[in-house]
This record gives sequence, structure tokens and C-alpha cells, in this order.
Amino acid sequence: MLTSAEWALAVTVFIAAIVELVETLTIVLAIGLTRGWRSTLTGVASALLALTAFTAIAGYSLATWLPEAALQLAVGALMLVFGLQWLRKAVLRSSGLKSLHDEEEEFRATTEAARKAGTDTRLGLDWFAFVVAFKGVFLEGVEIVFIVITFGLSADSMPVAVIAACAAAVVVLAAGVAIHKPLSNVPENTLKYVVGLLLATFGTYWSLEGLGIFSESNEPLSWLGDDWALVGLLVAWFALSRALVWHFRRQAPAATAPVPATQEV
Amino acid sequence: MDRIGRFVRGFGRFWYDFIVGDDPKIAIAVAVVLGLGAVLVGTAGATGVGVVAALAALLLVAFTVAMLVDVGASRRRG
Repeated sequence: MLTSAEWALAVTVFIAAIVELVETLTIVLAIGLTRGWRSTLTGVASALLALTAFTAIAGYSLATWLPEAALQLAVGALMLVFGLQWLRKAVLRSSGLKSLHDEEEEFRATTEAARKAGTDTRLGLDWFAFVVAFKGVFLEGVEIVFIVITFGLSADSMPVAVIAACAAAVVVLAAGVAIHKPLSNVPENTLKYVVGLLLATFGTYWSLEGLGIFSESNEPLSWLGDDWALVGLLVAWFALSRALVWHFRRQAPAATAPVPATQEV
Repeated sequence: MDRIGRFVRGFGRFWYDFIVGDDPKIAIAVAVVLGLGAVLVGTAGATGVGVVAALAALLLVAFTVAMLVDVGASRRRG
């Protein structure tokens, strides 16, 4: 039976993985449908191999060499910076100061680029298709791996994090195979907002706990209310983000593009 | 040698973009607050729940300042 913290972890990893995988699927579909599947899928398989190696090395190094408080500080700080970048973009999108991510548009742009690209054959592969598929899967995959490793190690629940990411992969892959086009109906901008909030929440919690590495005992610091502090942090980050959106919209209503209601949190 | 240099630069650039992203102010804000926390815990022995809560509040303030500076600067640029 999962604890409430493990459920929170599973949901965060699942949503983050869905967001990244939807973007990956768009790239792979655009390249595969335009340039052919053999080189595209070879690129995908190579990227998955590289990701597996990266995961094994990064996960083993972090888990083996760092004491608990230092691990919480290191991964918490990384997660916090990473999460606040997501939250920043979400606030800018909700304020109308940054355009919303559009999978249809992304698909059109990638397809157009794939059509215009010349033919360069290396190792018997369409090199453009191979490289674009490899980069797309590897770069988006690194973000998933990063979230899985940081959450899994900090909460000491690596299997839950891995299963959540794999479940997201199955869902997106099944949907992609079934409809054979980008998953533009996924409320990606809202999901990104949620992931940004969750990463900022857990990042704050773990990084400040990890400051205990500098104390005489070297033990993690404690939060008022222990795990319940996570709820308080989530509410605080959400309230702050909404206040910023309200402030930016009020400041320049004329310059603010309307944001579709479905994309709002 | 030139190839190795390009690889190292590319590798560094990738991780910088990945973690720091478009706005280095956020990474700097987090580093400053955690650095302050490290000094408080390490030299003053401040390890109580009140200190942790205060540092969390400081992170929220730091993010707010980073966002206000960011949006203000981009509006001034037009």
C-alpha cells in the first residue's frame, strides 16, 4: 500500500512524464511520417539506450557517494531550480506574456523542417531523421530521468517513480499508436503548471531539509508538521503564482493576450 | 583537441540550459537563499523549525523578485 507521500510522488512523476512524452511523440511522428520510420526508430532506440546508461550512472553515483542530507540538499536544490523554471514559464503563459505551447504547431513546424532538409545518408541511415529523433527522445527523456531519479532517491521510493514513468510511457505510446497524430488535446500547459508547482514544493522541502548537512549532527533539518508542511508549501507556491499572474495581467491588460479558459489552472 | 573542446563546451551548455534555463536569476536566487541557510545552520547552529520556515518564505520572496525583475526588464525592452 502506498503512503500519501508516495502517491504524491507517483502523480508528479506520471504528469511530468506525460508532458515530456507528448512532446517527444510529436517530434517522432513528424519525422517518422515525413522521412520514413527505419531511421527514425533507430534514432529512438539509440536514444533509449543512451538514456538507460545515463540513468544507471547518474542514479548509482548519487545514491552511492552522497550521505542522506547532502543528497537531499543536492537533488532538492536541482529540483527547486528546475521546478521554478517550469513555474516561471507557467506564470508567463497564464499572464499572456508567453505564447502557449501548441503541439499542432510544433508538429507542423517539425514536418516542414523535415521536408526541407536535404538527404544525407550515413551508416545506411537517413541522418537527418536519425539525429532529430535521437535528440528529441534523449533531451525530453533526460528531463523524465532527472525527475524520476531526484524524486525516487529523495523519497527513497525509486520503484514507485520508475513505475509511474513507465505507466505514462504506456499511456502516451498507446494513444499515439491509436490516433497516429500529435496529442494536441492533452491540456499540456495546465499540466506543466501543475508539475512546476509540485517540483517547487518538493524541491523547497528537500533542499531546506538537506541544509542539515551543515549542522553538527549532519542530520536533515525538520519541518513544522513534518510531511504536512508539503501541503502548506504547495498552497504557498500556488497562491504566489496566482498573485503574480493577477499582478502581470492587471499591469498591462491591453498588451495581454487572452488565455483560453481550458488552459488555466 | 578542438573536437574535445567543442564537446566539453557543448556538454556544459546542455546542462546549463537544462538546469538554469532562460532566466539565471532564479538559479541565483535559490543559491543565495540556500547559501544563507548553510551559513545560519553551520555557524550559528540555527536548526529550528522556525529557521526552516523563514528560509522557505525567503525562497518565495526571491522567486517573486526574480519574476518582477524579469517581466519589468522585458517590458522596458518593449
